Amino acid sequence: MSSNEWPLWEVFIRSKQGLNHKHVGSLRAPDAAMALQNARDVYTRRSEGVSIWVMQSALITASDPKESGPMFEPADSKVYRHPTFYDLPDGIEHM
Amino acid sequence: METRTIEQLSENFQQKIDADIKIEPNDWMPDNYRKALIRQISQHAHSEIVGMLPEGNWITRAPSLRRKAVLLAKVQDEAGHGLYLYSATETLGISREETIDDLHEGKVKYSSIFNYPTLTWADMGAVGWLVDGAAIMNQVALCRTSYGPYARAMVKICKEESFHQRQGYEIMTSLMNGTEVQKAMAQDALNRFWWPALMMFGPSDAESKHTEQSMRWRIKRYTNDELRQSFVDATVPQAELIGLTIPDPKLRWNEERGHYDFGDIDWDEFWQVVGGNGPCNKERIEARVKAKEEGAWVREAALAFASKSKSRQN
Repeated sequence: MSSNEWPLWEVFIRSKQGLNHKHVGSLRAPDAAMALQNARDVYTRRSEGVSIWVMQSALITASDPKESGPMFEPADSKVYRHPTFYDLPDGIEHM
Repeated sequence: METRTIEQLSENFQQKIDADIKIEPNDWMPDNYRKALIRQISQHAHSEIVGMLPEGNWITRAPSLRRKAVLLAKVQDEAGHGLYLYSATETLGISREETIDDLHEGKVKYSSIFNYPTLTWADMGAVGWLVDGAAIMNQVALCRTSYGPYARAMVKICKEESFHQRQGYEIMTSLMNGTEVQKAMAQDALNRFWWPALMMFGPSDAESKHTEQSMRWRIKRYTNDELRQSFVDATVPQAELIGLTIPDPKLRWNEERGHYDFGDIDWDEFWQVVGGNGPCNKERIEARVKAKEEGAWVREAALAFASKSKSRQN
């Protein structure tokens, strides 16, 4: 019977103007219009949002947690990308 | 990539748990951790959904429009909470339908409290105040549970549930400010729901077969007895304040422990109800199965409509 299950959707909500849409959870719905409707009822019952995105979960490509070491290593080894890496002479307070 | 043995993976997993690093859906986890979570979260989801039934019973008979709107909002919240939890269960690799069928086939339980009937309006007060109160005690602790999706669902649920307990206590308070008949109705509801509410925390620590492992995995943060004690300590003064009497002759404040002592729970009753022989077990499952079966055509029609609309677009 599981082929008859409604597809899974991920829900993203902008809580107010000026902020990003943020992932809040998922739900099942037969199509995008119903997914939006359900997202409103399930995730914004207390004025949590001013805008909703829904997207079928199956369309997401995710990084593999088993590979997260090599995947994110380049960022770990480049400390010179951070301002704190650099020495400033005394007398400079803000830069 | 190096291949790691199960022992190394397990050790690494427990280290993450001990360091309070959350486990996320695609992370490696021991099979038993996954199974325990599926059991615990789906049981929790079913409790939200089955929990709609005893209250749904009173929506059309709420004594005022205000009470009716509040009760509707509360029952709608429970549906949402069930959904967050079913979604969390699905991240563990079990389908929603399978989870729901497990409930219908009696393979998975829900909170034993919902097998008691709601006989009078005062029961809506007792359920909100005691049942939601007990649930919140448990859920607040679970906001720090080790599995990310479960913890996030709990945070959201706790935020939304804070009104549930208050509205129940407000019903009890109104009745206790009313006529003698209303006061008696409130007391009667407390008498019937007090002990089942204490049973909601599950068997005593000595009897609980899952507690030790669940604590080590941090899918439980406090034991059943600890949570039960916190609930009694918090609730007794609330009852006294509005003139209700807790139906327990052994209940007294223990200065030395800094807690209330309370009488023995009737564990035979608990196991009977858990085992399927409570007053409403059969009725509750029948209602759920009926909802699923009678709603099947709607779900199928929605899916057929979606695929037709899509093919027209192409």
